[in-house]
Amino acid sequence: MAYLFAAYCFVWLALFGYLRYLQNRLNSLQTEVERLKDAVEKP
Amino acid sequence: MSRGNPIWTAATYALLVLMLADLYLVFIWAPTEKTMGDVQRIFYFHVPSAWVAFLAFFMVFIGSVAYLIKRDLRYDRLALASAEIGVAFCTIVLVTGPIWARPAWGIWWTWDARLTSTLVLWLIYASYLLLRGFVEEPLRKAVLAAVVGIVGFADVPIVYMSIRWWRTQHPSPVFGGGQGSGLDPEMRVAFFFSLAVFTLLFAVLVSFSARVKSSEHLLGTLRRRLAIKE
Repeated sequence: MAYLFAAYCFVWLALFGYLRYLQNRLNSLQTEVERLKDAVEKP
Repeated sequence: MSRGNPIWTAATYALLVLMLADLYLVFIWAPTEKTMGDVQRIFYFHVPSAWVAFLAFFMVFIGSVAYLIKRDLRYDRLALASAEIGVAFCTIVLVTGPIWARPAWGIWWTWDARLTSTLVLWLIYASYLLLRGFVEEPLRKAVLAAVVGIVGFADVPIVYMSIRWWRTQHPSPVFGGGQGSGLDPEMRVAFFFSLAVFTLLFAVLVSFSARVKSSEHLLGTLRRRLAIKE
């Protein structure tokens, strides 16, 4: 059962890692969007 | 430096707790199956992955139809995000299946209707993603991808019904499979919990991925506007 448990944990970790990657990317993109919006709106 | 949205962070960590709880239910709570032993525990991963892949490809279908009707690229981005996640989960199905089959059947793979139609499903949506890489012009890319997304969905009911329509080596349906089908109550708890966690994970992944794609699109537009202004 140990190999199966290890495989499960590996897949869960990979999926969770991808989720964290998307979350961080989204946060940084939205910060950049806000910065550029301010720059575009400046007269 | 981004501060991060507290709701997204909370959703991410809530999912982590649910994933750990799922591991507990699958490996400790659920009893060991008498005939197959521990390898049967793959079932709690294999079936929910297949469910999420079907759900994802259904979202591709909906997003594609909506794009062709409304010509709004937001639907195309939803379809793309769903296709990426659907292919990932379909890969999990195609990997976990043979890991179970080797001890249960003595072979890794057989070209029966369920296995073959699932492989075809994976190939259709892998092609969908490849196609998007080959076409440069965004509107043409979205239309072509939408057509593949709609036509490709025809394989989903074939995969689902294959074990009912044809005699296959793949096990018959556990739920709604007639007399003798069904699960032990403790196994049922583990299975439905796993199904719920996979579905939540899919919803959060699609939501994040579609938002990332929208933000990238918006960023491109803002950069062009800023370049014109300067």
